[in-house]
Amino acid sequence: MPKISINREKCKGCLLCISFCPKGSLSVETKLNSKGLKPVKFKSDAECIGCVMCAVVCPDCCIEVWK
Amino acid sequence: MNKIYSHPRSLRDISTHYCPGCGHGLAHRLVAEVVDELDIRERVIGIAPVGCAVVAYDYWDFDCCEAAHGRALAVATAIKKVRPDNIIFTYQGDGDLAAIGTNETIHAANRGENLTVIFVNNAVYGMTGGQMAPTTLIGQKTATTLDGRRPDLHGYPLKISEMLAQLPAVKSVQRVSLHSPQEIFKTKAAIKAAFQNQINGAGFSLVEILSSCPTYWGLNPKAALDWIKDVMAKEFPLGKIK
Amino acid sequence: MPKKILISGNEAIAEAAVQAGCRFYAGYPITPQNEIPAYMAQRMPQVAGVFIQAESELAAVNMVFGASAAGARAMTSSSSPGMSLKQEGISYIAGAELPAVIVNIMRGGPGLGNIAPAQSDYFQATRSGGHGDYRCIVLAPYSVPEAYTLTALAFDLADKYRLPAIILGDGILGQMMEPLEVKRIKIKNYPKPWALTGCKNRKAQVVKSFYLKEGTLEKFNLGLQQKYRRIHEKEQRCETLFLDDARIILVAYGTMARIAKSLVIDLRRQGQKIGLIRPVSLWPFPDKIFQSLSRSRKNLRFLVIEMSYGQMLEDVRLTLDGKFPVAFLGRGGGGVPTEKEIINKIKKLK
Repeated sequence: MPKISINREKCKGCLLCISFCPKGSLSVETKLNSKGLKPVKFKSDAECIGCVMCAVVCPDCCIEVWK
Repeated sequence: MNKIYSHPRSLRDISTHYCPGCGHGLAHRLVAEVVDELDIRERVIGIAPVGCAVVAYDYWDFDCCEAAHGRALAVATAIKKVRPDNIIFTYQGDGDLAAIGTNETIHAANRGENLTVIFVNNAVYGMTGGQMAPTTLIGQKTATTLDGRRPDLHGYPLKISEMLAQLPAVKSVQRVSLHSPQEIFKTKAAIKAAFQNQINGAGFSLVEILSSCPTYWGLNPKAALDWIKDVMAKEFPLGKIK
Repeated sequence: MPKKILISGNEAIAEAAVQAGCRFYAGYPITPQNEIPAYMAQRMPQVAGVFIQAESELAAVNMVFGASAAGARAMTSSSSPGMSLKQEGISYIAGAELPAVIVNIMRGGPGLGNIAPAQSDYFQATRSGGHGDYRCIVLAPYSVPEAYTLTALAFDLADKYRLPAIILGDGILGQMMEPLEVKRIKIKNYPKPWALTGCKNRKAQVVKSFYLKEGTLEKFNLGLQQKYRRIHEKEQRCETLFLDDARIILVAYGTMARIAKSLVIDLRRQGQKIGLIRPVSLWPFPDKIFQSLSRSRKNLRFLVIEMSYGQMLEDVRLTLDGKFPVAFLGRGGGGVPTEKEIINKIKKLK
């Protein structure tokens, strides 16, 4: 299955990726990053189809995608 | 497994000072991706604006020059004339390009300077606290239009791109948006075409990008993108203007 | 180009720039310096240089910023009202430590004023008319041949120290014609590793004057101040005449010094103990000569003469620090003090 990585320290919690993931595979972490923000994480049992929408819409270039 | 989406070479892998959901992050990345794909990183010289993106040169990994507020196109004109083989672009906000810099913008366009202009329009002055921009919409509340912009006091949102398209020496003017991944792909294509024009010696090419300012629009990042789609793009129609 | 030609001050400045390696000129028409852009429009293409008639003086100085950032020797010129427009750009050039040459052929002011000669932009030139703690080298020619050599010197000093250099002339100097021996100018090549050329085979670099991080701007400014101290120590220039036994010393620069000098020579022939100090560098002001007189002499009077209401006067007072009395004769608004007025003033001093 395709997968993504999220740079949780650069993530500002804008949540745009969550809005645009067609599979609803992203959610907000409960643990804060070093900036004091709640970054986004890929849900543990979720599906990735490698559509790259999350990476495309991320203003902070936090997401890389493998297929 | 292959990496199919990665951090562009020409963008430094550091945190930016931009607000969560700010369109500058996207626009910076798209410029970096285009520079990488066209393989022009060692030829490019970017001119930064005054505005939130004043430190754009901290984020791009290629030669950059500052310019006084509004003067980027005068600086760019000169650099291109002195170094015609380099690829020179300006990256400017709505105040930089269409308020204080209008004269430099119009005349660089009128001279048909072979430049690429990335015009980030978010209808407000972010860096200084959310004041009215030339492109602020009628009724839009800002720090200097507390009851909303009024045509009788403040005039109408300035369609600088349509104005520049009238000039015979202007090669290309496109208006694009960042409000969805599909639009982001179109923005990237427009940016690429504008850089390709310069490489081909074709002439003055401008891309106006409708971009979000969640902070001073008072909207969360997703709602801000929707505001671009539902409201801003009605006033500033997307598409190829010239 | 023939060896000796009859040429105006404006055109001599332009030709000197070309001979000194200037390959970028941007300017805007304004009287009484229009001959400079007109000359450059014709001459620059001949040397594969760039000439742009900019949309304003403001645009022109920002174009010079860009050309200089890209490594070229660049120049702009204007007259008083246009120089006011350039002040922002000059501050940026100084703040980015770029070399540039800016020519001001002064006219009467304030405001639109007139097109007659004046020396009322001395403050603007020497006190840094733009914002911030910066300085420009300011050179004041008093003849067409000196305008030629000082313009070449301006490019050299600007490159050497990485700052703006101003040629401060006036409408008389700009318009008058004198014989000029067109000497070849030896161009010293100062390497510019900081110039923007595209980041091939090196790290990306930036030309900027913006230092937001805590403490960095102050540190940068301390560096500028150190540079200015070095320039002040090494680059003072002036001409002196008959100082050894003078009782009254006239101080004047530019066209005013032309008048004062010939008067001093006349008065000397009549036996008067008159001398002249003609500052050639207005910044750095030639403090050394004044301070050496302060240390070595007892009875001296100074008379500062300007086509203004007293601008260089303040620098003379400052440098003498109250040691000797300093009188003043000046006319502004395009007026030029005459020999007769100067003679009357000298009589009153005695």
